Amino acid sequence: MSLRITLALGAALLASASLTSAPALAAEGAPQPPHEDWSFAGPFGGFDRAQLQRGFKVYREVCSACHGLSRVAFRNLAEDGGPGYSEGQVQALAAEYQITDGPGEDGEMFDRAGRPSDRFPAPYPNEQAAAAAHGKAPPDLSLIAKARTYERGFPWFVFDIVTQYQEQAPDYIHALLVGYKDAPQDFEVPEGAHYNAYFPGHVIAMAAPLSDGQVTYDDNAPATVDQYARDVTAFLMWAAEPHMEQRKRMGFQVIIFLIGFAALLFFTKKKIWREVEKPREIAEGKDPAQTSL
Amino acid sequence: MSGHSTYQPTHPAARWLEDRLPILSLAHSSAVAYPTPRNLNYFWTFGAILTFMLVVQILTGVVLAMQYTAHVSLAFDSVERIMRDVNYGWLIRYMHANGASMFFIAVYIHMFRGMYYGSYKNPREVLWILGVIIFLLMMATAFMGYVLPWGQMSFWGATVITNLFSAIPLVGEHIVTLLWGGFSVDNPTLNRFFSLHYLLPFMIAGVVGLHIWALHHVGQNNPAGVEPKSKDDTVPFTPYATVKDVFATVCFMIFFAWFLFYTPNFLGHADNYVPANPLVTPAHIVPEWYFLPFYAILRAIPDKLGGVLAMFGAIAVLFVLPWLDTSKVRSATYRPLFRQFFWIFAVNCVVLGWLGAKPAEGTYVILSRVCTIYYFLHFLVILPVLGFVEKPKPLPASIADSVLGKKARRDATASAVAKA
Repeated sequence: MSLRITLALGAALLASASLTSAPALAAEGAPQPPHEDWSFAGPFGGFDRAQLQRGFKVYREVCSACHGLSRVAFRNLAEDGGPGYSEGQVQALAAEYQITDGPGEDGEMFDRAGRPSDRFPAPYPNEQAAAAAHGKAPPDLSLIAKARTYERGFPWFVFDIVTQYQEQAPDYIHALLVGYKDAPQDFEVPEGAHYNAYFPGHVIAMAAPLSDGQVTYDDNAPATVDQYARDVTAFLMWAAEPHMEQRKRMGFQVIIFLIGFAALLFFTKKKIWREVEKPREIAEGKDPAQTSL
Repeated sequence: MSGHSTYQPTHPAARWLEDRLPILSLAHSSAVAYPTPRNLNYFWTFGAILTFMLVVQILTGVVLAMQYTAHVSLAFDSVERIMRDVNYGWLIRYMHANGASMFFIAVYIHMFRGMYYGSYKNPREVLWILGVIIFLLMMATAFMGYVLPWGQMSFWGATVITNLFSAIPLVGEHIVTLLWGGFSVDNPTLNRFFSLHYLLPFMIAGVVGLHIWALHHVGQNNPAGVEPKSKDDTVPFTPYATVKDVFATVCFMIFFAWFLFYTPNFLGHADNYVPANPLVTPAHIVPEWYFLPFYAILRAIPDKLGGVLAMFGAIAVLFVLPWLDTSKVRSATYRPLFRQFFWIFAVNCVVLGWLGAKPAEGTYVILSRVCTIYYFLHFLVILPVLGFVEKPKPLPASIADSVLGKKARRDATASAVAKA
């Protein structure tokens, strides 16, 4: 009987598997971004402080011209699990920005130097102004490292639960930043737009933002587009998920505790149920406590 | 729980309370002395797991509501505030969001267990129907909860689902206006969804109370599907079921913690980290994973009203399941044909879920139709017919007999192997 079930199940699974491959044509034309090695991947993954600082530099000198980071405050840069700047550095950094505050006692808005509690000021006063300057408003980058993905497809999305692969967005962002290539001959790129190998539909409004040597690093990291892309992606991942290190650390503690607790409960359960699960001894009128397992 | 409680409190204060409100004997008879079949397997622990999940969702939800702002221009920001600035806000919010998925994983296992072992059959029809009502309330709650962060998928999911009601003849448009509180998904929609999202869990808790009451009145079904006949067939709830339920719940918590701490966004959708924008439609609007089979059924029917009817029919058919299954035998263990059809049905549901996540085009549509037809065929044709054509295996005389018989058989095989 069980063989027949297995056969029926197998047939059903085979049928569904063969059908998964058939409509591959329906998928979007963009190629899947390659998997990159990220320090923050996996159960014990954390951020590389130096990389976050380099990434922040790339954001500040390049991306911030058009893209906001409005959900991140200056003080976050000095918090645990982040780029690890000192409070003094953050104070000095914040003071370099002009923040519009008010209205003051005279009823007028005024500009003042930034404080650590301020959030990064947006490059444009509103979305319409950003759209007017670029044709389309450049997205805010605070959450971009969680707000992009690509389809993993069956069976990969099942394996992802076990391998904890969840870096679709960082992989995509990195691929996009290094994905400015010459368009294929038969591909027509509209006026004012650009070709990108990884952008859905390949036509992207943003021009290639990075070039080799554009940002001067304070450490020995190579000044290449690939390295810039990698670093700024890591920074954006932190910006989107600033408590990630704490989350993974706590997760490890919680799971270790739960496994230990479950083990104790398992043996407790076994002991309590022992008498019930030895029904033969009971049926024969023997004292179950006197017989061994 | 039938019959008068034998519980006699000893402490004078307990006796005093007991004479005025017999709450202690109620607790004792339903959580301590309540007889449970001795042969329950671990699939019977999901009731306890679901109760635990309901408590988790209500507790985390109440805390989140203290920080959340139900306004279209503030909702998304307030959720991000919770994630970034509220102490352990990320933990509470990920717990609540992943908890919803865990709730559905547990409820689906619970329901399929009920179907496999025929737990809906006489005298447990009302128990089953109450369960289906809880399932419906859960779906409504989860749907409205997903709208609250006011991301792209929140907004467009709400737009698609509320629009379904417009297919209802005559009153459809009015219902949609009432749901929206206006003429599009907007601030009034978000406000009433928040209000209802806070209300419905307490209604769930109420129906759960009825569900447990009905359960304790008729007693639990069991893997053998025969009623307990003597004291040998049952064990008291405490400590036997209690320790087993706690152990299973802790195991489930490990599974929950894996998602919560390591892949908290796996079960969500990336588009919901983009603030809602009524002017930009996402490429694919997909509901949460637990609605996907029903979403596939909805899209399988080429007609809007037909699709809506099929989708609600897919749930409505569960209400009459006790009368569609004509077999007198409960457990699939003794129903060789049903057991196979059960697994085909289960696979069919999983395939429907997968199809719900795919765009409605090409082969997917055809496959969705085949699976939708099979879904209804299972309930409306296969189950009624099986009861007449299937020859069930002989049932054990009692639960103790089924347990002892199995053990005796296993021992016999073991000794035979040892001899050979």
